[in-house]
Amino acid sequence: MNKDILICGVGGQGTVLASKVLAAAAAAAGEVIHSAETIGMAQRGGSVTSHVRIGEAAHSPLIPFGSADLLLAFEPAEAVRNLRYLKSTGVAIVNVSATKPVTESLKDTGYDGSNMVEYIKKKCECIFVNSDEICKPFGSSRFFNIIILGIAAGSGKLGLSPDNLLQQIEKRVPKAYADINKKAFLTGLEIGRTSGSR
Amino acid sequence: MKEYVLGNGAIALGALSSGVNLVAGYPGTPSSEIIETISKYPHDGIHLEWSVNEKAALEVAAAAAYSGARALVTMKQVGLNVASDPLMSLAYVGVKGGLVIVSADDPGPISSQTEQDTRRFADFCRIPVFDPSTPEEAYAMVKDAFEYSEKYNTPVLLRPTTRVCHAYASIEVPDSYSPKEYEGFVKDSHKWVIFPRLSYMNHGMIEERNVKIGQELSKYRFNIATGSGTKAIVTSGVSYAYVKECIGDRQDVRLIRVATAFPFPDDFMTDALDKVSDVLCIEELSPYIEEQILKIAGRNKLDINVYGKLDGTVPHNGEMSTELVSEILGRYLNTELKKEYIDTSDMPTLPLRPPVLCAGCPHRASFYAVKKAMAGRKAYYCGDIGCYTLGNAMPLDMVDTCLCMGAGITMAQGFAHTDDAVCFAFVGDSTFFASGMTGVVNAVYNEADMILCVLDNSTTAMTGHQPHPGTGRNMMGNIVDKVDIAGVLKGIGVKSVVTVDPLDLKQSTDAVKEAAGLKGVKAIIFKSPCIAITKPKDKCSIDTDKCINCKKCIREIGCPALITTDGHVTIDVNLCTGCGLCSQICPVSAIGGKSDE
Repeated sequence: MNKDILICGVGGQGTVLASKVLAAAAAAAGEVIHSAETIGMAQRGGSVTSHVRIGEAAHSPLIPFGSADLLLAFEPAEAVRNLRYLKSTGVAIVNVSATKPVTESLKDTGYDGSNMVEYIKKKCECIFVNSDEICKPFGSSRFFNIIILGIAAGSGKLGLSPDNLLQQIEKRVPKAYADINKKAFLTGLEIGRTSGSR
Repeated sequence: MKEYVLGNGAIALGALSSGVNLVAGYPGTPSSEIIETISKYPHDGIHLEWSVNEKAALEVAAAAAYSGARALVTMKQVGLNVASDPLMSLAYVGVKGGLVIVSADDPGPISSQTEQDTRRFADFCRIPVFDPSTPEEAYAMVKDAFEYSEKYNTPVLLRPTTRVCHAYASIEVPDSYSPKEYEGFVKDSHKWVIFPRLSYMNHGMIEERNVKIGQELSKYRFNIATGSGTKAIVTSGVSYAYVKECIGDRQDVRLIRVATAFPFPDDFMTDALDKVSDVLCIEELSPYIEEQILKIAGRNKLDINVYGKLDGTVPHNGEMSTELVSEILGRYLNTELKKEYIDTSDMPTLPLRPPVLCAGCPHRASFYAVKKAMAGRKAYYCGDIGCYTLGNAMPLDMVDTCLCMGAGITMAQGFAHTDDAVCFAFVGDSTFFASGMTGVVNAVYNEADMILCVLDNSTTAMTGHQPHPGTGRNMMGNIVDKVDIAGVLKGIGVKSVVTVDPLDLKQSTDAVKEAAGLKGVKAIIFKSPCIAITKPKDKCSIDTDKCINCKKCIREIGCPALITTDGHVTIDVNLCTGCGLCSQICPVSAIGGKSDE
C-alpha cells in the first residue's frame, strides 16, 4: 500500500498524537512508514502539520504537493492552507469549527471559518464535521484528535483496520483515559461510516 | 528488534549501540530529543546530563574522551557557536575515546536565529563531519562517526538537519546496550595540555591526516554515484531525498550524493565527474559542496559548468522542498517534473497564525506588569532566547531586541550607558543559567543602571520542558539541590532582588515601579510555573450581565483564550487555565476567577 496522509491544525490541538497512532498502526500492519512533525516554536498556537507516508514509494519525509490521499484538517483555514498537498482525487476530512488566532481577535475581522468551508467544497471531495458538537459529550475538544481518526477509519479512506488503530490508541494514552478515548474513536467511526463525502 | 523512532531517537539509539559512556548537551530545537530519548531507554552505567550550556557540555565530554570513554554531545547549530571555544582547541589536542558532536542545522530557519552551516564549522576546525539524509542513515552514521573518531583520535561532527531530526522511521536496533570498557585517564602533559608548540606540531599532523581521511571517505558507503550521462546532480542531506522524489530511479542523469562534506572525498568526486559536462548542486544552507567541486574542477582543469547557489540557480536562503527541487531540476533537465496539484491561487485570505504565548502563560502577565508600570516612560526592553521572545507580538510588544542566548542582560547595559531610557532585560530561568550570570557580574562591576527581569517558570519550556539547575532534578533521575536564582543574584552583589508572582498584577507592577526608582542593578524574579507543567486552576468565565463588551481584555493582553463570538467577548474553556490576569484588567469586574461549568 502506498498512501500519504497529511494532518494539519493549530499547535495544541493534538495532531502529533494522531500522526503517531496512524504511523504505529501502519507499522503494525507491516507497512514501511515514514512521518514528520512540526516541533518547536510553531507549536505555540502556530500552524502545524504532520506528514504520514505509508509505503516504499516515499523518499522525502514531507509529502509533496498533489500527493496526499487524505487530508485530516483540525481547522478550516488550515485545511485551505494545506489543500495543495492533496491529490485531485484525494479526500479532505475537515473540522468546520474555527480556531481564531490572537491576530484575528485583535483586528476583529469576524473570521469564523465559514468562507474556508465554502472554498474547500468547491475544490475537492470532503467530509465536514464540527468538533464542538461532536466533542460536547466528552467535555473537551481535546478528544477530537482521536475522533477524527475514527472518522477517517469509518469513511473507508484510510486503509487501516479500526481494531488495529484502537490497539495503538490504547497503547499511547494514559490508562485512566483509555476508556474515554476508545469511546471517542468509536464515536468517530460511526460518524465516518454514516457521513458520505461530498 | 524494530523501533519506530524520531531521527533524534535514531541518533540516541545509534550512540547507545556504539557503547557510549557519557552524553551531555544543551536543549535546542531541532536537537533536544536525543538526550531525552536516551533517558527513556535503560542506560545503566552511562552518565547523562543537560549541561548548563553547550561549552560546558563539550568540555565535560572532552575529559571523558581523554579517558578513553565514548562521549556524545548534542546541541543545535547556534549552540556550536557557544561550544566553538573548546572545539577549536580540542580539534588540535584530539581525543582517545570516541567523541561525536551532534550539531543540528535548521534550514529555513524554522526555530533558529541563523541559517549557519555546521559543515563550514567542520572545515574551520579541520574535523570530519557526517551528513545523514534520513533517520536510518543518522543511526548508522553515529556508529561510523565514533569509529572514525577513535581511529583518527579526533572529535567528529554529525550534522543532521531539522527534517532528519524530526522525521520518524523504523530502524533495526539491538535488544540491549552496554557501555564501552575503557582504560581511564593516562597523564601526559605533552598530549593533553595545549601549548603553542603542540598546536604547531598537531596542525601539520592534522592536515596530513585529513588527506588520508578524505581518501578513506572516498570509499564510504554513503558517498554514492548512480546513473550516467553528461549531466550530474550533486546533493546531500535531506535534499537527496527531495531529488529522489523528483527523479525516481531515472538512470539517464548522474546522481551524486555526498555524505561527508569534510574532509571532502576528492577521489570519489573526481571519479563521479568523469565524462560529466554539467553539474547542478542542490544543497541546503551554504554552497559548501559547490565550492569543493569548483576547487576540484580548477585543480584538475575539468571542462564543466557548475550550477548552484553561486550562480543564482539555487536560492541561498530557506530550506529545500520537493516542489522547489522539481522546479530547479525541471529547468536543468528540460523536463516537466512538477506534479499536478489543486489550484489554490484563488484561496480566501488566510488568518495569520504566528506563534504566541500560550493562554495562561505567566510570561504574558510579567510583560504586562512591566508595560503598565512603565506607561508613559521611556524604556527599552531587551529580550532573549526562549518562549518569552514571543512577548514581541502585539498587543504586548515588549521585546525591542533579541540577539542570542544571554545577550539581553548585557545589551540592556549598553543601552543604559548610552541612553537615558529605563533599561530592562528579560531572561528565562534556563537561559539565566546558560549564559546570563556572567552578564549580571558585568553589570554590577561596570555599574550599569538596569532592571533584570528573570522570568522563572521552573523549566526550559520552548524546547520541551527539560530540567535545569533551578529545577532540583537532573537527567540521572536524581533530586538535587536547587540552584537559587535570588541567591545567585545576591551573591553576585545585586542589591535589590525581589521575587513576585506575575499573576498578581498589582504586586508585580508595584515591584517594577519601585525598581525603576532605584539606582544600579535591580532584579525582579517573576516566579510562576509554565502552564504545561502544572494543572489548570478553575477556569475564568465572563458575567455577560456585567460585561460592557469594551474588549479591553483582548486589546491589552492578547490571550488566545479570549475570543469574540458573534461580536461578544467569550472565554475558550479549552484553552483557559484560570490564570486570572484578564479578571484583573476588566474595568467592570465582569470576569470571574471561577467558571460556572
